[in-house]
Parts: sequence; C-alpha cells; structure tokens
Amino acid sequence: MLNELTALEIHNKIAAGEITATTAAQDCLSAITRADPHLHAYNAVFADRAMRQAEAVDQAHTAGQPRGLLAGVPIAIKDNLCTTFGATTCSSKMLKNFHSPYDATVVKKLEQAGAVILGKTNLDEFAMGSSTENSAFGPTRNPWNTQCVPGGSSGGSAAATAARLCAASLGSDTGGSIRQPASLCGIVGLKPTYGLVSRYGLVAFASSLDQIGPMTRTVGDAALLLQVIAGHDPWDSTSWPEPVPDYLSDLDKPLENVRIGLPAEFSGEGIEPEVSAAIAKAVDFYHRQGAKVVPVNLPHTKYGIAAYYVIAPAEASSNLARYDGVHYGHRTARPENLFDLYAASRAEGFGPEVQRRIMLGTYALSSGYYDAYYLRALRVRQLIKRDFDQAFEKCDFIACPTSPTVAFELGAKSGDPLQMYLCDVFTVTCNIAGIPGMNIPCGFSQTGLPIGLQILGPTFSEQRMLRLARMYEKHHDWHTRKPVLPQA
Amino acid sequence: MSTTTAAEPQYKVLIGMEIHVQLATQSKMFTGAANGFGGDPNSQVDPVILGLPGVLPVINKRAVEMAMMVGLALNCQIAAQTKWDRKSYYYPDLPKNYQISQYDQPLCGAGSIELPLADGGSKTVRIRRAHLEEDAGKLLHEAGMTESLVDLNRAGTPLLEIVTEPDLTSPEEARLFGEELRRICRYLGVSHGIMQQGHMRFEPNINLHIYHHGKTIKTAITEIKNLNSFRAVERACSYEIQRQLAEYLAHPEVMPSQGKSTRGWDDDKGMTLLQREKEEAHDYRYFPDPDLVPLHIAPRWVEAIRSGVVELPIARRKRYQEVFGMSAKEAFSLTEERAVADLFDRAASLGAPVRRLTNLFLGPAAKMANEAATDQATTVLISDLPVTAEQYARLAQLVETGGISATSAVMVFEHLIKHPEADPAQAAEQLGLMQIRDQNQTEAWVMQALAANPQAISDYKNNPKKKQASLGFLRGAVMKASQGKADPKLVGEILEAKLKA
Amino acid sequence: MADTLNEAQVRHVAQLARLKLSDTDVPRLSRQISSILDYVAQLQEANVEGLEPMAHPLPLHSVLREDEVRPSLTVQQVLANAPGKVGAFFTVPKVLDTGLGGG
Ligand SMILES: [Mg+2]
Ligand SMILES: [Zn+2]
Repeated sequence: MLNELTALEIHNKIAAGEITATTAAQDCLSAITRADPHLHAYNAVFADRAMRQAEAVDQAHTAGQPRGLLAGVPIAIKDNLCTTFGATTCSSKMLKNFHSPYDATVVKKLEQAGAVILGKTNLDEFAMGSSTENSAFGPTRNPWNTQCVPGGSSGGSAAATAARLCAASLGSDTGGSIRQPASLCGIVGLKPTYGLVSRYGLVAFASSLDQIGPMTRTVGDAALLLQVIAGHDPWDSTSWPEPVPDYLSDLDKPLENVRIGLPAEFSGEGIEPEVSAAIAKAVDFYHRQGAKVVPVNLPHTKYGIAAYYVIAPAEASSNLARYDGVHYGHRTARPENLFDLYAASRAEGFGPEVQRRIMLGTYALSSGYYDAYYLRALRVRQLIKRDFDQAFEKCDFIACPTSPTVAFELGAKSGDPLQMYLCDVFTVTCNIAGIPGMNIPCGFSQTGLPIGLQILGPTFSEQRMLRLARMYEKHHDWHTRKPVLPQA
Repeated sequence: MSTTTAAEPQYKVLIGMEIHVQLATQSKMFTGAANGFGGDPNSQVDPVILGLPGVLPVINKRAVEMAMMVGLALNCQIAAQTKWDRKSYYYPDLPKNYQISQYDQPLCGAGSIELPLADGGSKTVRIRRAHLEEDAGKLLHEAGMTESLVDLNRAGTPLLEIVTEPDLTSPEEARLFGEELRRICRYLGVSHGIMQQGHMRFEPNINLHIYHHGKTIKTAITEIKNLNSFRAVERACSYEIQRQLAEYLAHPEVMPSQGKSTRGWDDDKGMTLLQREKEEAHDYRYFPDPDLVPLHIAPRWVEAIRSGVVELPIARRKRYQEVFGMSAKEAFSLTEERAVADLFDRAASLGAPVRRLTNLFLGPAAKMANEAATDQATTVLISDLPVTAEQYARLAQLVETGGISATSAVMVFEHLIKHPEADPAQAAEQLGLMQIRDQNQTEAWVMQALAANPQAISDYKNNPKKKQASLGFLRGAVMKASQGKADPKLVGEILEAKLKA
Repeated sequence: MADTLNEAQVRHVAQLARLKLSDTDVPRLSRQISSILDYVAQLQEANVEGLEPMAHPLPLHSVLREDEVRPSLTVQQVLANAPGKVGAFFTVPKVLDTGLGGG
C-alpha cells in the first residue's frame, strides 16, 4: 500500500514513473476510511479535492511539466491552519463553521510544491493542551494503543502520520505541540527556529512562541517539508528575512567533531526509567560515532513551565479576544445585550482549558499584576535564553528526552491542569528561547509505546540538526515499525 | 482677595488637547486594504482588518513617515526606537478587541508649537507626545432598529494621536490650536483635514485652578470625547468651564480634585454629559504586540524626512509680513491654505509687484473663489481657480505700470476665469481697458466732464468744505467719460491744472 | 504578589475577559488558577536584576511595508461568516452606551 511510503519515496517513485499520485492519494484515503474511525486523527477529509489535486499532478507529470518538491505527496495539516477549502475549526465549537477566505502561507507553499492535501487534523482546542483530549470534537487516540493519548496539541497530525494515514503532516508548536506528540506517536517532529516559517494563517495561540513545523516518519521527510515551508514572508513581521539553506543535499553526510551537551537539569526525577535508558543509549550511539558528549548547565530552565504559563496565556488572552460572536464564529442565541453577547458566546464557544488560560492570561496582564507576572516572566525568559546561549558555547546540540513519559491513558491527567502542564517540562524552554528542537524516535517501552529523543540546537541550526538526526536514523529501525491498527 | 462676602472666585483655565489625525495614506496602517472613505459599507476590509484568525499586521512605512513629519513640524523629539502595544477593550467596531497603539515608547516625544493668537500675538503650546495607532470602524444606530450596525471601512486607518500639555487657557485658544494643527497637517499633506468626515477628532481635557478664600482648588479633570468641529471645541470648552465652576460654587467643600471623568458633547443641547463607564474601562492590559517587532529610526531617516518638511504656516506668515510687508491679517489670509500661498509665491517669484498681487488675491480672486463654492460643504480655494501664476504676475505688472486701472484689473480677472488661455494684456486690449495716455485725448475728456458739471466746478472753487469731494467727483466723471481708459494720474494733473486756470 | 485568585477576583477577571461563568465555574476556577499561580510564584525566586524583558525571541526590528493598496475582500466574503448581518452590515444588540473603550 502506497500510504506506507514516505514523502521522499512517493516523490521519487512518481518522478521515476513507478507510481502515480492518484494511487498514492487513493491508498491514503482508503487507509483513512479504515482506521480513522478508531483514531479520530482527522477533523475533515477532502477526498474529492485531494483526488483532483493528485490527478493534476499526474497530468502535469505526463505533460512533462516541472515537478514541485512535494508533487503528489499526500499531506495532512493541523486544523489551526487557515484554508479556503473546508472549515478551519481549531477543534473549537467557536469556529466549528468558520470558513477562511484566505489560505495560510504554508498551505500556499505546500500546494505550490504539488502536495495533495488530504484533510485537516484534530488538535487540543486552539492548540492548548498536551493530549488532544481538549478537542471539542472528541479526542484523538494513539495508534500504538488506542487507550492512550497521542500527545498534543498536534495529536491528530502525529497519529495520522504514525498510522500511515498520510505521508507526512504539519503541526504547530507553542510549548512542545509538535515534538511531544511526535514522541508519543514514534515519529519525527521538528519545531523550527522562531521566524523560519511564516505564521501568516496559523491561528495564533501565543504569537511569540508559535511555529509551524513538519511531522514525518523520517528525518529526510522532515528536511523535505521544511525546505518547502521555510522562508521569508513579507506578511509576517516576525519572519526571518534571510534565504533558506538547502536541507536536503548534505543530509546523509555525518556531522564531524560534533559536541553533544547533556544538561544536568534535564535528567533524573520525574522521568520514567525506560525513557532515561533509551535517551542514554541514543547519546551513547552518538558517542560511539565520534561525538563528544559534554555536561552543560541550564540552571534557569526550572522556571520554564512557570514562565511559559504566564507568557503563553497572556498572549492567548489577547489573541483569543477576537472570538466574540460579532464578526464570525459562535454567537449565543438571543443575547440580552452586547456584554451578554460577548460573555455568553465566549463561554459557550470555548472549552474549559481555553477558558482557564484566558482567565490566567487576563489576570497576568491586568492592572496591578502586570509587573509581577508578565514583565517578570519576560525577564526570566531572558535568563532562559542566556542559559542556552552559554550552553551552546560548550556544545553544538543538546540531547534530552522530549517527554518524561510515554503515552498515558486517556483521562489520566485531565482532572489536574497543572499535571498536564508538566508534560511540557522538556519542550517549553525551546519555544521560550526561540531555538529549534526536534523529536526523533529512539525506542519503545515494554508496553510497546514509543520513546522520543529531543535534540535542541542554536537558532537556525536546522541544517546540521537534521544531519545529526539522520545519523541516528540511518543506524536504527524504529521509524520502520508500524502500529497495528484496529480495522473498520 | 479674600473677603467675607461671597466674592466671585478668580480662576485659571487649563486645557490640554488630545487630537486624533487620520493620515491620508493609500493603504491602511497594518495591511494593504485601501485607506479611503465613501465606499459601500464593509468594502474596504481585508482579512487583517476583519481580524480573522491567523492574520498578522505589517507596518505601513508611509504612515510612519507622515507621523514623523508632523512630529518634526511640532518640534518633537523623534524616538530612536519605538515599539507597538496592544490596548485591550471589547467593542464591535474593534474586530480584534484590541487596538494596536504605542504605549510607553511613542514615535514622537516632547515638542512645542508657536500658536498664533487672535490679537496678532502668539504663545507656546507644549506637545507631550504623538504616537501612531489604528482607527476603529463605525457603529451605527439607526432609529427604530433593535440592533446596531457595524461598518469596518474606517477600521485600520492610520491615526496619529497628538497630546498637548495643559497650556491652553481659554476655549478660544483651544479652537485656535485645533485650527493651526489642521493647517499644519494640510501643509504637510498628511491629512485632508475635512472635519465633517472625521479626519481630525479633538478631545479637550479641562480643569480649573480656582483661587478662593486664599486657597487654590484644582477641579477634577474632565475629558470631552470626540469633537469633530472647531465650533464644538470652543463651545464644549466654554460649557465645561462654567459647569466646573458652578459645581465648585454649589459645593465648594466636596469638590473632588482627583480622578478624571469622561463627558460627551451634545451639540444640539449645547452641553456636556457624563458618560458612564464600566469599572474596568481603564484596565486596557497594554502589552507589547508580539506580532510586531520594534522600529529603529536612524538619524539619517529623520534628516531625510526633515528635509522634506515644507515651510509651515507660522514661518510663511512671518515671511509675508517681513519680506512682503503685509499686514498680519493679510499674511494670515494668504497662508491659510498651502496651495494658495504656493501660488502666491510662484507669482511673486515671476516678478509680480507684491502689493498689487496681494490686492488681486484678496480682492477679485477671493471673491471669485467664494462665489464658485456652490454650497456650504464645498470649498473652492483661490488656487482652484483657472488662473495661473504667470497670469497673476502679468496682471499685477499691468496694474503697476499703469497699463490698466485697478478697476479694470477686476474685469480682466473675470475675463481670465472664463478664458483660461488668455493673456492679461491682450485681454485688457480686447476689452478696451488699456489706459490711454494721450495728452490731447485726456484733455478732451476733461473738458467734456467740466462742461457737464458746472456746479461741481463752482463748489470746488467757492466752497472749501466741498473742495476735495468735488475734485473726486470730477475725476470720476472724467474716468466715466473715458470709459475707464484714462490714466488716473494724468487725469488728476490735467484736471487740477484746468480748475486752477 | 498574590498567589491565589479568590472568587471575587475570578468574577472580576471573567468580566474583563468577557466570559460568562456559572456558579460552579467560579469556585473551580478559583481553585485551579490558584494552584497554577502557586506554581508560577517560583518566578519570584529568579534573580532578574538588570535584565531586559524579552518580548521577542529574535533580534528583528524595523520591518516595514510600502504604502501599496492590495485588494479587499468582497462584501459578501466579509460577511460570509457573520452570525448577525443586515444588508452590508454586521449587527449587534443595540448599543446605547457609546464612548467606551479607547481611541
Ligand atoms: Mg483620549
Ligand atoms: Zn488614540
């Protein structure tokens, strides 16, 4: 079945005339029909549109027209990316019927590269969560064990990619929302340097932390997708203006004299022993490949979660103020007055986690508390950034777990928001500092659940980071393992 | 001045102004949607203006430059670095429910202007700051409807908010300040300054320092929201001063000097009314907009903008008085509009005698412009008339050299309006207005006039009280006999010679 | 800095945030947010003296666009998702109290 091929394989096989885009799309759509009822990775599938896109790729191929990097590659995108086709819901009742009149920059780039967009994937409402349980449309399940969560908030993209319901997907990462579900679902997930990928059309959660990135089964696919979506966008003022390097051509070249930093703060307490062991083994692999392993210190990363849960909700409280039932989105029936229209529409449209974060963020910005919370968190942010700057003088990359645990059961943490927030303990500092971070699969637990290695690097080190990840992948076969899916 | 009687207290008025000026850019402050008015409702709205999910703002460079121009004209310090903040409040005309503004790092810092006063003098008004932000849309309340309507065309228009120190001390000064600021903005080309369209909105902040029973009592500041005419500024300030004073006199013991309240102006009733504000109205939760990065302003950029700032009304008025020898009133009229002053300067630079030129501008040209405005809402400026600087220059020259009389000049001017291609001298010729300086011809006209007016001759000769008047009368009769073509100077000489003979 | 949010504060913040809370929401949110604030309180330990607040992850500045007009949406597109509209306008319950908010 062609849905099991990677994006690069599909691209190459179509180029070689071995397969068609139409069959690749068809096989993905069939796989979705069979498995997605059990997983609920997708909020919407655009079968007809995807087939038309695939046919266009095949026709262009026959006509000998130039091919884009993703020609015929079936892709899933997180449902917080605006598209002119289908709804853009953010898995929220608020936007259940919202149809965007414009496409996100990344969506345009995917389509220009010839990608076939299969559908839009489930997420924690407005990307707020670490389990995809906070979806207004029901949770996504982990393909390795449907009793377990896929992680979040890009749980739909992670599950779809791991379950071969697409060749690759896009997610977004504000505090770990690409890397953590990638870890829990056993796939590759890359959060690029802030500013590398345009945020135009990504429904904002926390603007200074959000980045879109690839979620793929292989490092090569991550490089391929990043090549397509990265680059300056004049409609995003926070977009980095420099040209994008070539992520693909030197990918297989091993890195020499690489120094890998092990932060003392990212080990020990709270990490499942199986996770620690798998990470240690991966680090040992690099050591054996000639990497120098050095201890580093990130003394202020212990404040990461605290700073994150001030900055992210503060920005979110403002970013989500626009959902008020006036110009689009859910409106309460028969509001008594304007205030009631606002307050009732928002209370009905937003789920509990979103409301909690709006409350927290509003409080952190409110008169009398701004300095103690928001301003202080921004200063701590500077401290955390400095930690990384200093660490990257001693090492080229940092290795640590992506998630302290493997996938947990649905409902296990939903009663206690703080416990859920602590899932992000190893991932948030990367967003706070704006640096790139990546998950690669590095083992399985006894219970058969994936474990992920996180690699963090200095800003704009994606090219070398991908090579480092590829070194590992070449000598391991985790990425070839397939979850056994329940069939419809 | 403390007495035991209920003496009228003396007081000082303090008025500070907040002014919102819409900048006349092509596109909006943070996106490419057209910045214009008069289109169908919600027709100048793009995803950014609509505040759709996922949209991002990008700063309009021209808006920054226009703001810098005004800042420089107001002698403000231009910030080396500025940033953008979100100001949060919920209102249906504000789609994102926050306004992008500048909170603690305004583009323009402290400055000042020389404000011309009615008595011909001037005073310094300090500017506290000026910052850029985006305008909101409009909420319409149709009579009989149970709902209000929202039009977002105005949303996202670049706004420059200028804040003065409380240096204005009377309603008249407040109005004069508004008028001068409008003039400056029009000179700079950053605003059309059409008040009826809300291009400029004024918010006076008023309080009094009352000196009573040997004490100074400061009344609480009131801000009058959103005035969009100069008349309203003056009237609202006057009303508010009297209201605060009356409030003090009614309850001098409970006069609050703290806090600030907001009042609206009811133009029909001619009074300000307290606006009820929700408790949290001032908790705007300002924070730096994470979608926008700071703006660094290099000194080079400031200098480039400075070099493009035109001569402002105040400087021009001074030059017209000092170089052209105009009266303050003449200089004020001619510099009111930059286009008119530019035309005047062009004509003057072509060698037009300034006195004649001034008379032409303030006489026939002003009259024609006034008559050309068909209704109250339209204004026709002298510079809108189809008379060129060259024509003005030649016409003024013609009067100066005695080619035509001042009276004839008006007729030639009217001819030029109807025949924009015409040359003034040829027109004067065609119209038969060229002065005739022939000695014999002039003598003949004089004789004709004298023959027809024996009574005037008798008055001139015998009645000292009527001497001057009858000379004037006879001079007029000669001009009439010549159909305006005689040279008045020559007529005077011959006439007096004949009468003395 | 208060590390708790009592019920009155919850109601006040909910008003600022335009969220209509039920009577059971209030104590729950008070408890949950207080527990988060209690955790967040550790930020007070960090020595941040002399540090600039970091609002942006990258040293970008002075991003400007030329003053050029780009097409607007059609009025139909503008109103396509509107939950309340009349003619070419959005509608909201009649607003009597004007002049609120900013400017
Ligand atoms: Mg104001
Ligand atoms: Zn303002």
